[in-house]
Amino acid sequence: MHPAFSVIFLTTLIGAGQGLFLALYTAQSYAAFGLLPAQDGAAFHGPGSLMVLLLMGAGLAASFFHLGRPERAWRAAAQWRTSWLSREVIVLPAFMGSVFLYGLLHWLGWNPALARLSPDFAVSPQMLVGSAAMLLAFALFVCTGMIYACLRFIQEWHTPLTVINFILLGTASGFVLAAAFSSTAAPDLDHFFTGWALALTLAAAVFRVAALMRNRRLTPRSTLQTAIGVKHPRIAQKSQGFLGGSFNTREFFHGQGAGVLRGVKWLFLALVFVLPAILLATALAEPAAGPLWATFLLQYAGLLAERWFFFAQANHPQNLYYQAVA
Amino acid sequence: MELPGTRPDQDLGRHEVKTTTCYMCACRCGIRVHLRDGEVRFIEGNPDHPLNRGVLCAKGSSGIMKQYSPARLTRPLRRKAGAERGAGEFETISWDTVFDLLAERLGRIRASDPKKFALFTGRDQMQALTGLFARQFGTPNYAAHGGFCSVNMAAGMIYTIGGSFWEFGGPDLDRAKLFVMIGTAEDHHSNPLKIAISQFKRNGGKFISINPVRTGYSAIADEWVPIRPGTDGALFLALIHELIRLGLYDRDFLTQYSNAAELVNLDEGSSEYGMFVRFEVPPEEGCFDPQNKLWWDRELNRPVGTHTPGVEPRLLGEFHLADDTPVKPAFQLLKERVEAYTPEWAAGITGIPAETIRRLAHEMGITARDRKIELPIAWTDVWDNEHRTVVGNPVAFHAMRGLAAHSNGFQTIRAMSILMTLLGTIDRPGGFRHKAPFPRPIPPCAKTPNGPEGVRPDMPLDGMPLGWPADPDDLFVDAAGEPVRIDKGFSWEYPLSAHGLMHNVITNAWRGDPYRLDTLLIFMANMAWNSTMNTAEVRRMLADKDEDGEYRIPFLVVADAFHSEMTAFADLVLPDTTYLERHDVMSMLDRPISEFDGPVDSVRIPVVEPTGECKPFQEVLIELGSRLKFPAFVDKQGKRKFRDYPDFIVNYETAPGSGIGFLSGWRGRGGEKFLRGEPNPRQWEMYARNGGYYHHELPRSYQYMRNWNKGYLTWARAHGLTRYAEPINIHVYSEVLQKFRLAAQGRTDTRQPPDRLRKRVETYCDPLPFYHEPLESQLTDTRRYPLNAVTQRPMAMYHSWDSQNAWLRQIHAHNHLYIHPKTAAAAGIADGAWMWVESRWGRVRCLACHSESTEPGTVWTWNAIGKAKGAWGLAPDANESSKGFLLNHLISEELPPHDAGEHLSNSDPITGQAAWYDVRVRVYPAGPDEPAESFPQFAAMKPAPGMTTARPKWFAYVAGKFAGASGKEP
Amino acid sequence: MTQLALVIDLNVCVGCHACVTSCKQWNTSGWAGPMADFNPYGADPTGTFFNRVQTFEVGEFPHTQTVHFPKSCLHCEDPPCVPVCPTGASYKRKEDGIVLVDYDKCIGCKYCSWACPYGVRELDEAQKVMKKCTLCVDRIYDQTIPEDRRKPACVIACPTSARLFGDVHDPDSEVSVAIREAGGYALMPEWGTRPANHYLPRRRTAIRIHPDELVRADNPLTKEDVALPSADNTLEDAIM
Repeated sequence: MHPAFSVIFLTTLIGAGQGLFLALYTAQSYAAFGLLPAQDGAAFHGPGSLMVLLLMGAGLAASFFHLGRPERAWRAAAQWRTSWLSREVIVLPAFMGSVFLYGLLHWLGWNPALARLSPDFAVSPQMLVGSAAMLLAFALFVCTGMIYACLRFIQEWHTPLTVINFILLGTASGFVLAAAFSSTAAPDLDHFFTGWALALTLAAAVFRVAALMRNRRLTPRSTLQTAIGVKHPRIAQKSQGFLGGSFNTREFFHGQGAGVLRGVKWLFLALVFVLPAILLATALAEPAAGPLWATFLLQYAGLLAERWFFFAQANHPQNLYYQAVA
Repeated sequence: MELPGTRPDQDLGRHEVKTTTCYMCACRCGIRVHLRDGEVRFIEGNPDHPLNRGVLCAKGSSGIMKQYSPARLTRPLRRKAGAERGAGEFETISWDTVFDLLAERLGRIRASDPKKFALFTGRDQMQALTGLFARQFGTPNYAAHGGFCSVNMAAGMIYTIGGSFWEFGGPDLDRAKLFVMIGTAEDHHSNPLKIAISQFKRNGGKFISINPVRTGYSAIADEWVPIRPGTDGALFLALIHELIRLGLYDRDFLTQYSNAAELVNLDEGSSEYGMFVRFEVPPEEGCFDPQNKLWWDRELNRPVGTHTPGVEPRLLGEFHLADDTPVKPAFQLLKERVEAYTPEWAAGITGIPAETIRRLAHEMGITARDRKIELPIAWTDVWDNEHRTVVGNPVAFHAMRGLAAHSNGFQTIRAMSILMTLLGTIDRPGGFRHKAPFPRPIPPCAKTPNGPEGVRPDMPLDGMPLGWPADPDDLFVDAAGEPVRIDKGFSWEYPLSAHGLMHNVITNAWRGDPYRLDTLLIFMANMAWNSTMNTAEVRRMLADKDEDGEYRIPFLVVADAFHSEMTAFADLVLPDTTYLERHDVMSMLDRPISEFDGPVDSVRIPVVEPTGECKPFQEVLIELGSRLKFPAFVDKQGKRKFRDYPDFIVNYETAPGSGIGFLSGWRGRGGEKFLRGEPNPRQWEMYARNGGYYHHELPRSYQYMRNWNKGYLTWARAHGLTRYAEPINIHVYSEVLQKFRLAAQGRTDTRQPPDRLRKRVETYCDPLPFYHEPLESQLTDTRRYPLNAVTQRPMAMYHSWDSQNAWLRQIHAHNHLYIHPKTAAAAGIADGAWMWVESRWGRVRCLACHSESTEPGTVWTWNAIGKAKGAWGLAPDANESSKGFLLNHLISEELPPHDAGEHLSNSDPITGQAAWYDVRVRVYPAGPDEPAESFPQFAAMKPAPGMTTARPKWFAYVAGKFAGASGKEP
Repeated sequence: MTQLALVIDLNVCVGCHACVTSCKQWNTSGWAGPMADFNPYGADPTGTFFNRVQTFEVGEFPHTQTVHFPKSCLHCEDPPCVPVCPTGASYKRKEDGIVLVDYDKCIGCKYCSWACPYGVRELDEAQKVMKKCTLCVDRIYDQTIPEDRRKPACVIACPTSARLFGDVHDPDSEVSVAIREAGGYALMPEWGTRPANHYLPRRRTAIRIHPDELVRADNPLTKEDVALPSADNTLEDAIM
């Protein structure tokens, strides 16, 4: 597939946004059980939510560049019964809305106990809205992942690993961002976030590498033989019917050599997993704002490469029909 | 969005449907043009039209993009004073100025030496009119593109069976069981052949394709027989060898309908050596074979007049006449000729295994013999034998460019025609069938003047500009035996050059050999690019000057509808219309669109207004002819006879009161006659009402065996299709060629060839087909240049015409050189890499494409895709010029100097057919530092005044809204 | 239920591209148009086409088959492109099974093209909406067009009649009979999309000659008093 920068930014930005929210909410949940010190909502969760919204907004903005007719984007909510893309289009603003509410509650500091489940644990608006947003965050990961995973003939994508990786890579980058953010805004949480970030980064590494290994062993179900229905071991395309290119040669090909692909793969493995893991492990000993922010930026850059590779590696069966220049 | 089908398409704007004839190629299908608000909405095949029956090819379906092409010339242009020829600097002038200028200049030439004016035309479909114009002018220097197209096919077959493929005849695939296609040009007669081949395959016939390349029609062949280019003659001769050896020939057909059984004089001392023995002098001489020859009677073992009732002649044997003259039946001579042409011999030449050649011969012979068709159609032959049925041997052949474009093509095509004859397939069901006005006598009657005195000031030419020589006395040469025509047609160099040699006109005129021209008028021929051999040199010649600073070709007029490479070299450019803007006729006097079952001709009627100041070239000719007071165009008082072209078509008669004109339908005052009748003032209207064509279906008994069908021949004579109702016996043995050979041997007292040409004429004018290596190969180190290079015709392009077409050019924006992977590997050329292909004449850098459907000794490319920068309305960086290429740069228009002359054309030595496919090449990879661009490149052509210069980044064609909508949101 | 479709006969397709441009000219000025062309007279011209004819070489010289392969939307019975469309712009008509795009609803997200394994949807770069073959839905029901011409433009243009059009659910239709009798097949059956369009394979006709057919009593050579080719020789020559 042709890696479109609109979609690369969309998926990486909202992934980090969702991850950051999940980090904020996790910290609050821990605090609700008294496992972590509570934070000043106006200083941490409020700005944190704003950051989530900015990431989501930027992702959303990027997505518009993917559309031929962005002014009609609202129509995309229509087919939620069948289309994961439509579901994403619904869930994404719902998530943003709930994050907005969540952030507003924190910023206003409005959190009366609505009910008490135990002496130590009160059901509060922040927790309720947060829970909803958490569910929406996961739903959004699933929607985004399923947009790709549901395309059964793009075999590289058609696996639960796609959804898992969207979740793990998004949450990892979100938690790294949370760690960096906390190191400036809530220093007593930086260990907590750094630890989670390291764990998620390592988990993401496991599953992303698993996906790579799976994809390496894939045999394409479609072949030239099934594509044109001629049973002969040696078939070569001599003409694709035009010479100046078409939508089909632009949309489904990355246009890069195998060397570039390999290079990008090693680059993202280093930037998303190896270097952040080392940096996070170091930070665990002595968290510091600078290195943590650097870690986030490094990993995010890596995620851009990862997402580019995710698209580039996907081999669409339609390409069987478009392999000749003559 | 409105639901589909809410409103009928014809309710979207003002809808009109007009019927006319396509001209996106030479096929001439009937079309219905739908217009919306005056713009072309949709062009569909006319379902009622006999030729295409409603279908339409890729080109025909892209007519819209030709009509609105930015390559259109729209104003008459004159080379700017002081601007160099070829620089493309023009000023616009009025048509009045054009006519004044031309009438003055041409009038002066006509009054002094008419041959200083030459008119050569390309892919035009009005040769009856252009030929008439030239003849009336008085110049011998006229031809259309046939000489560099397929004159070998026309001449080889017409000199053998009295008809030819394409317009003049073709394979009867409705009833054939075996179809053998040997090379073809897929842009010729394309839709009828596509319809027929698919029906044939559906009916379960076997389709064999013999071709170095498997594309196009060959793709769907049941068997592909790859062959080395230029060796088809060897294959046919081996097939004939095998058929004769096994007795797999149609004996009755050969004896009755060919000269196979006629006795040939073999008296070495006689001036009649190699001629048929005649028993009497015919009472009337004409262009027909008098029935005065002898057979050898099998029963009585003595000579007897041919077609003596009840006599069965010998085909084989050696006999002596009463005066002891040794004689043999022509068939015996053929048998002796092919003795050495064994399948094993041919295998070494053609690359086809001997067992395959044998099997092919068996399949042909047995299918012809055992799957006979017998139609219950009674007919009478010219010898008054009544036949209760028409019999057919269902083996059909088709061939075109592959055979024709070699210097051994004429003899190869003779061999093929004889093979078809041995199988008994001529004008019979399931075999080859004629189309009116064919069959014609062998050779047809038309003759050129036979000496320089035929060219007279202020007088029409004393003969036709093109003709069919029957003997040396018909040649168009002076007392020294040297040519009168600028292209040396009908001279001893190319005696049977029935279509002229347009490919040598510019070189000859430039060199002044045989003389200089004053004005050269080129219509629709891209002689500065793909229609010429040796393109780069010819471009130089076009703009070359004498020591005194005058152009060596003093005045060049180019008439074309499009900004071709040729227009840049014009002194005067005459903008022609497109086919949708003009009247036209596909005339019985020219190349009509007849069907097997009878004559068909057709017309074009304008469907849109001419663009800008475009004027149909026909109107230019009528105007000039009238101004120059040609006898055919003015009355006795010198008053103009014809208002315009449509008026000319209605009222012109080949001779006063002949009743024969350009159109054959609805003749007679009220349109009640056909073929022959008085002019009908409402003829155009009647054609229009009938979908633009006239189809006269012959009675069934006239549809077959027409060479010998008394009913048909009498009918044809009565309707002016032929002059004689005499049998047209097949020339298995060609006396015509023998006459030229005898002259060359100095045995006869006819005109003699110049000494330098004696050996050449003697060698090639062989009365029986033989195989020889193409001339260029004979004169080239084939170890250094081991490969053959040929072109194929893409079905979605017609010559150079469609690179200007926004839709078609997307399919073939540039071309590759196709090469077998092993050949490429041996030369180190990677698939898709830049490579060089080099002949002894030049070299071309191009892109390689490995192909398993290419014979390993052959490289090929699509024809005429490469363009000069800036030509045809294209941007200078268009693929056609940056990656596209021509093979023409590798091909010389002249042979290397040798015994027969310094400047002989690179052509068939009999017909002068351009030997495009003879070129020998070698290939090697392009260097890593070379530019990724085809070579050679030329300076970019400038757009001409009056052309649309805006090249939109994009457009979206919508009929009724298109004008001015480019580049904006639709 | 009706399912309109094309059946493409590879046995007779000569790769002439008539279907490509007849489609273009009908549809660019029709309901499904316009179909933009970019760089129409410049480098690398490219445009929207609903139909493409491709060429494949099968096998090795000299046993090469050249296969011309026309390809357009296959109007799948289970079209994967439809459910993924977020706006409902892509839809399959109940009444005749044609898969269409409503340009007014299309947002140009290209997701449907990702969901099509056949590569037959093309985004029109000018209008920025997805376009595809409509089976000339604006021709086939147009009562003002003569009945025998009420077919997709590619079908009426095709010089070899390699394109049949009809209802593949009607067992007696020309297309169903062709699929049944000539071994019609669907492309990429592995995905279960059940394309309505089918392809008919190449069929080869051969002539088989029995050696006896070379040796006949009525051999014309017998009339020439020459020795007939010996039977041994003939047989040996014939059986290779």
